[in-house]
Amino acid sequence: MHSLIEWIVLLPFAGFLILSVLGKYLNKNLIGATGVGSVGISALLTFIVGAGFLAQPTQIFTVSIWRWFDVAGFHPQIAFHIDSLSVVFIFVITFVGFLIHLYSAEFMKDDDGYARFFAYMNLFVGSMLVLVLADNLLLLYLGWEGVGLCSFLLIGFWYKEPDNAAAARKAFIVTRVGDTAMAIGLFLLFYHFNTLDIRTLLGEIPGQWEMGSPLATTAAFLLLGGAVGKSAQLPLQTWLPDAMAGPSPVSALIHAATMVTAGVYLIARMHILFIQSPMVMMVIAIVGAATLLIAGFSALAQYDIKKVLAYSTISQIGYMFLALGVGAWSAAIFHFMIHAFFKALLFLGAGAVILAMHHEHDMFKMGGLKKQLPVTFWTFLIGSASLAALPLVTAGFYSKDEILWYAWAGERGGVWLWLAGIVGALITAVYTFRMIFITFYGEQKTEVHQKPGVLIKIPLVVLAILSLVGGFINLPHNFGHFDLFSQFVTRTLPGIEIDGEVESLEWVMQLISAVLALVGVYLAYVFYLKRSSVYEDISAKATVLKKFLLYGWSFDALYDKLFVVPVVTLARINKGDFIDFVYTGIANINLFFNGLLSKTQNGNVRWYIMGIAFGAIVLIAIIFTL
Amino acid sequence: MDNIPMETGFIIAGILFTLGLTGVMIRRNVIFMLMSIEIMLNAAGLAFVFAGSFWQQADGQVMFIFILAVAAAEVSVGLALIILIYQKFKTLDVDKLSKMKG
Repeated sequence: MHSLIEWIVLLPFAGFLILSVLGKYLNKNLIGATGVGSVGISALLTFIVGAGFLAQPTQIFTVSIWRWFDVAGFHPQIAFHIDSLSVVFIFVITFVGFLIHLYSAEFMKDDDGYARFFAYMNLFVGSMLVLVLADNLLLLYLGWEGVGLCSFLLIGFWYKEPDNAAAARKAFIVTRVGDTAMAIGLFLLFYHFNTLDIRTLLGEIPGQWEMGSPLATTAAFLLLGGAVGKSAQLPLQTWLPDAMAGPSPVSALIHAATMVTAGVYLIARMHILFIQSPMVMMVIAIVGAATLLIAGFSALAQYDIKKVLAYSTISQIGYMFLALGVGAWSAAIFHFMIHAFFKALLFLGAGAVILAMHHEHDMFKMGGLKKQLPVTFWTFLIGSASLAALPLVTAGFYSKDEILWYAWAGERGGVWLWLAGIVGALITAVYTFRMIFITFYGEQKTEVHQKPGVLIKIPLVVLAILSLVGGFINLPHNFGHFDLFSQFVTRTLPGIEIDGEVESLEWVMQLISAVLALVGVYLAYVFYLKRSSVYEDISAKATVLKKFLLYGWSFDALYDKLFVVPVVTLARINKGDFIDFVYTGIANINLFFNGLLSKTQNGNVRWYIMGIAFGAIVLIAIIFTL
Repeated sequence: MDNIPMETGFIIAGILFTLGLTGVMIRRNVIFMLMSIEIMLNAAGLAFVFAGSFWQQADGQVMFIFILAVAAAEVSVGLALIILIYQKFKTLDVDKLSKMKG
């Protein structure tokens, strides 16, 4: 079982190698078989490893493959660590990844870059597995940059459109801001502990850095910077909506289910460091709460179906950050898993709709697709219900309710965090069902171009089932003590303390969030399906606000003014490079004297003789005067 | 020869050399420049002969014979070049022969 782990990681890389080297010579069936098969087998191996681990959850182990390098006592290993946290992540990565690969086999079949697409996707899955399995932070960082690279490559997959290439660059550069902070954080940790091994670090941090010490806070803050960049949280969230330029399966895999949750993983993995710094924990919770509201409001005004989902992803990751910040570690990981199911489903469904509409992204040009695309509609509806956290039947209800409950009742929670979460839940329901009503109801505006085939339907149905039943593995406390998932995850992560007095209020909280979700659906129904006169009034008056929200609270314009314009101006001023002045200066002085001396080479023989005579006289004079 | 002091000999040689050098510098005709160079060579030769007689050594006169041979070779090559120059440029004015700029 131990030796299977390295194969889980190596198979996607092997797929990448085969496809990138031989991709030109293989036909499409073979390409699809390689690309999907490598991840498929990897998922299968994950099930075997996961089953073995579930049978003996205490058996945490590390598989070391080789020593990466050995410099001055620093010898990071290429080693993979299995514990309950990484098992959850590799399960989601390989299994959801496999379903998305399967879907892509049909979705991308008319694309010229078929082999390139699967090569990148396999490379992504491999890098993501390295990220979550790494036993030291350096290897984690390798995977971290690997997924960043794949994200860049896949956002710009249709690179012939300049906009797509710009979106890819933006994603790369904005996340790089966070990555730089994270790299500095790693330097700091290494400087103090002389190792980057995660378990050694976690063991030593509480002993060496006391609670709230400035060093712990700095280190946690820098790592948080990396997490915020990767997970598209405030203030580095601007890249994710643009990242929708990539193909829909890419959005589903990278920008919804896996890569964007790497920040959540990092914080959960380094939880002891973050616990040492209560201030950073509070910042995480506030960032999460602010992000979920900002992104939720932005989602209300989008036209592009994928951008609704993008903002919704930012918002849902905001919930995970909120959970992390209040110390509800298992709730965050639970929401990560459930979110991976329903958001992948929604993106794949949106992809199917877009394909059917002949690459039309604008929801307002769709409409009435309910009868045309029944499987897509029902699965999309289930995914939306889960996202909107409709009570009792959907998985999203259980995961989000847990977060809201801990945001209120947890020792680090508070009424404001809870309020942000609950308002966010209402908005989530509104924008989700706005999307449903506009896309699938009403009159049909565009002809259906292509109906989804079986390879598209299977992933949709499987993910829809998971989005419904996934929640039942971890029920709220007052629903009976059935919390498999929390028990599983808390083997690695600490549990959460609850204020004893408020425990009886859990029913009330659940009732409030359930009612708000339903109210949200009703509001969406009134505004976007019945199109009541109230809606027309509001939308006519609020054009400025709509525009503001459409552009994601105009963060792009703000950053443009704050950072891009000054940098570009500086670059323009410094076009000649100030530092180069020294070197070009030396060269210019030499050229000047060269010019002077070359003037003496006038070809006039008598001039040369004069020079010789003068030189000789000077020389003789010097000799005689000495 | 014995009663001419060495200083006088060297001064004569110096004056001859300076005359030759001045000739090379101020003359524009290549032939005159060549002749001035001959004067400079002979000034050097004279200095050798004076020095040889002062120390009662034959080396001074040996060197003068070398100089004569060198001067003869130089003049033959130089005159040949001058003829070529004249054929090519139809002038012997060095100031006009300044095509080889640095």
